[in-house]
Amino acid sequence: MIKIRGLNKWFGDLHVLKDIDMDVSPKEVVVVIGASGSGKSTLLRCLNFLEFAQKGNIYIDGVEANAKSKNLHTVRADVGMVFQHFNLFPHRTVMGNVIEGLTQVKRISYKEAVEQGEDLLKKVGLSDKADVYPAMLSGGQKQRVAIARALAMKPKIMLFDEPTSALDPELVGEVLQVMKTLALEGMTMMVVSHEMGFAREVGDRVVYMDEGSIIEEGPPSVIYSNPKNERTKAFLGQIL
Amino acid sequence: MIDLPWDFTAIPRFFPGFYAAALLTLQITFFGILVGLVLGLVTGLMRLSKNPLFNMPAKAYIWVIRGTPLLLQLMIIYYGLIDLVSIDRMPAAIIGLGVHNGAYIAEIFRGAIQSVERGQREAALSLGMTESQAMRRIILPQAFKRSVPPLGNQFIIALKDSSLASAIAVRELLLRARQMGSSTLMMLEMLMIVGIYYLMMTTVLNLLMGRIEKRLEVSDYKD
Repeated sequence: MIKIRGLNKWFGDLHVLKDIDMDVSPKEVVVVIGASGSGKSTLLRCLNFLEFAQKGNIYIDGVEANAKSKNLHTVRADVGMVFQHFNLFPHRTVMGNVIEGLTQVKRISYKEAVEQGEDLLKKVGLSDKADVYPAMLSGGQKQRVAIARALAMKPKIMLFDEPTSALDPELVGEVLQVMKTLALEGMTMMVVSHEMGFAREVGDRVVYMDEGSIIEEGPPSVIYSNPKNERTKAFLGQIL
Repeated sequence: MIDLPWDFTAIPRFFPGFYAAALLTLQITFFGILVGLVLGLVTGLMRLSKNPLFNMPAKAYIWVIRGTPLLLQLMIIYYGLIDLVSIDRMPAAIIGLGVHNGAYIAEIFRGAIQSVERGQREAALSLGMTESQAMRRIILPQAFKRSVPPLGNQFIIALKDSSLASAIAVRELLLRARQMGSSTLMMLEMLMIVGIYYLMMTTVLNLLMGRIEKRLEVSDYKD
């Protein structure tokens, strides 16, 4: 589904991604962990072309895309993204947020879009919030709307950039629950998150990144219980 | 009791005689602002472009307009254009006020656009929207809302600045006051009258802008 080869990215002099090679298979759930500044979010943002790597190749569903690609926006439409700070459109209602991509990018009729929007809001448990503005929602509700908004495009893969880091602890569960359901339904997912419970339950693979490189990867049971690399051990010791 | 040299009873008596001039003031202001809004939006967007072909002219325009007096700009436009196309005073005043306000409004729009969080553009792009869709549908509506308070301020400045059109002989409020003052020998009284007119108009404008701000608040963030 995603193939990354020799990806390198610099911010000025800072080498933030170093020769990243990675594959994500269809229906796979990959959880990326690592300290802040390890490059994990940047990697995710490169996959949605919100950042451009200077070197290396990215293939989405077999098709290479980069900064020069003509139809970058159509590539992005196939890659759903959920942000740490939700980034809901504050001037649109919940329904307006969910159908924005349907009416503007997929160009389906408003009526049809609303029908799909209703299904999506039901899926994330927010049918009763369709007509309110994001300002009226809790963080957990906002993030669930953001997930529905991304799902509306029927993406081939969903990227989650620390989806629960900005939430109050009691609101984390409801968002993880939606993500788990998605994973069990067979969505291909790449999740930057330190939620170990989530990773253990639905994650197929955990990738540990440090200083722009992939240090270690493997099934959650192995990475969390029996990491081989010293840096992985040290990092897990800090977060667990 | 001191005997004042003024006859303030003249104020209500002569007040209605300024209607036509007030209408002219409103026209200059309204159309000047309209020109300014269009110029301001275009210039603001050009100013934000990374392409020097767009941002350099925008910067130059803002630099010149903000660095020279409006009075001078009005005179240059009037006396300059009159040689070329024998322009009337009224359109010259509107163009002058519009071009002047365009530079300030451009900076208002630019600031408002830049104040919209980067994540909004990213969220729009991640849905597959193009840059121009993201600008039109997501960023500009939020930027416009944030522009309302500073724009209201700018509109009031524009209304008051329209009095400078008197220098190119547009018979708006201030010129009318000076002409009436000379002919009636009651200069202060006439100036007081136009003062009242300006105050009434700026007050209404203020209330109007407050109304618009209120109406836009429906989707406001709590936090």
